[in-house]
Amino acid sequence: MPSPTISAVSSSPASSPEAKTQIDAANSAGKPGRPGVWRTWADRLAPAAAFIVLICVWEGACRLFRIPSYLLPAPSAIVIAGLNVTPAQWVGNIGATLRVALMGYVVAIAVSIPLAVALVSSRLLSRTLYPMIVIVQSTPIVAIAPIIVVTLGASDLPRVFITFLITFFPIVVSTVTGLMATPEELIELSRSLRAGRVREMLHIRLPFAVPFIFSALKISTTLAVIGAVVAEFVAAERGLGFFIMFSTSFFKIPQAFAGLAVLVALSLVLFRLCSLAQRWFVPWSLPKSER
Amino acid sequence: MNERTHVIRFANVEQTFGRDDGSAVTALEEVTFDIGRHEFLAVLGPSGCGKSTLLRLIAGLIFPTRGTVSIYNMAVTEPRDEIGIVFQRPTLLPWFDVLGNVTFPLRHKYGRVSAADKARARDLLALVGLSDFASKRVDELSGGMQQRVAIARALLLDPDILLMDEPFSALDALTRDEMGFELLRIWSERPKTVLFITHSIPEAVLLADRIIVMTPRPGRVREVIDVNLARPRSIATLSEPAFNALANHIRGQLFTRVVA
Repeated sequence: MPSPTISAVSSSPASSPEAKTQIDAANSAGKPGRPGVWRTWADRLAPAAAFIVLICVWEGACRLFRIPSYLLPAPSAIVIAGLNVTPAQWVGNIGATLRVALMGYVVAIAVSIPLAVALVSSRLLSRTLYPMIVIVQSTPIVAIAPIIVVTLGASDLPRVFITFLITFFPIVVSTVTGLMATPEELIELSRSLRAGRVREMLHIRLPFAVPFIFSALKISTTLAVIGAVVAEFVAAERGLGFFIMFSTSFFKIPQAFAGLAVLVALSLVLFRLCSLAQRWFVPWSLPKSER
Repeated sequence: MNERTHVIRFANVEQTFGRDDGSAVTALEEVTFDIGRHEFLAVLGPSGCGKSTLLRLIAGLIFPTRGTVSIYNMAVTEPRDEIGIVFQRPTLLPWFDVLGNVTFPLRHKYGRVSAADKARARDLLALVGLSDFASKRVDELSGGMQQRVAIARALLLDPDILLMDEPFSALDALTRDEMGFELLRIWSERPKTVLFITHSIPEAVLLADRIIVMTPRPGRVREVIDVNLARPRSIATLSEPAFNALANHIRGQLFTRVVA
């Protein structure tokens, strides 16, 4: 799962500028006026520089050892293959995958959060439904994806359903954890005010679950893309998953890698958008250093 | 002193809790005492003596296994509005600013907060010494300031009764002393019937009119002590011989073996 590492990389430059400024001040005593500017830039560019170095090493290795492109294509070959695909094709494939991923994601949120509320509200529901949810989660979705396609027919529906199945579990579990993490004192305060179970849920438990829900939503963006691709592997005539399958089956390995690169970029963008939504709408739910 | 009208009365209260394994734990046994109007009563005892159970019984959050808990001669059968509660942790809501936290009980109970309510909340913030902090985020406040917000929140519905469950025990020692004097000042400006749970002997002696000393497992009333120290109390009170004599007496009570 790429998302946790990605989040760590993307958040670390933003999270500790103060600490760095102090180090800079200590290190650049000979450069009065603009202490730490160079360090700050180095810090910001370091991830990008590391990435570029990796690409160069990859390119160099491919050329030096004459690695055949069907084993490991060079980055330049991947870029050329990507440029040979028409923009219309890219847009069509990205659009198809994005549509399935987002629909599955939205359905997962719409189902998971009310489901989590129900699980927390009723002991009976919790005892009845939780084992079933765990069973669904324990089932390898890749294995039952063909069955789902047969059952639900050839449309977006089976693909959205597969995406939903892969995406919903972390949201349910995190939301339940968040709803249960509410301080007992606040529940007692609510009961002493006789505010009712609905207000207790809306005013106290759900807001307290927001940081937990957003952790799950961030993980689920990448899961949604994975779900859409899995569904496209099984049955699709468009989409990035289909594109990669199709390219591979014609031994157009650089083109398959280009599809993969676009897929990774898509996941990153969705993950980033989710982080930004959290910072924009519920900044209090972030640790102080990340606001 | 004994002629005071009582507000809260515990009569032969026994409280047992069922455990998951089917056994029962007796938290309180034969607890009988009164709290007078605008009296400051401290409950002192080691951990596990059912102090917090007393508080939850008065708040109507739990009901006694035997005996009765009554407020103004009416048995407690449900939670009541005329009670404010301050917990050990401030438990403020991070998504509201300070003012939003103080007005939260109204928002929570009625779904809306009027301009008059906000003005009242601002008065309470002034009372607890946080006038300039109304629009601050709660995580910008120190622990002591957060607990002041919690006190203002507890006073919002203008309760007759204020229940405080070790409210200063999570604070550092200096802040804790300061908060004790602050509480006395607030209490003198807004007289309330206070039940103050603590495990600090000096804190109980400094604050209370009477102290109930409890025994652990099951919690029983071991001794009821009148604190006849003059009010208003100040730092000077801490060095009075009577203060130390009382504190030493209670220490002796708590550290001798319980003879059942």
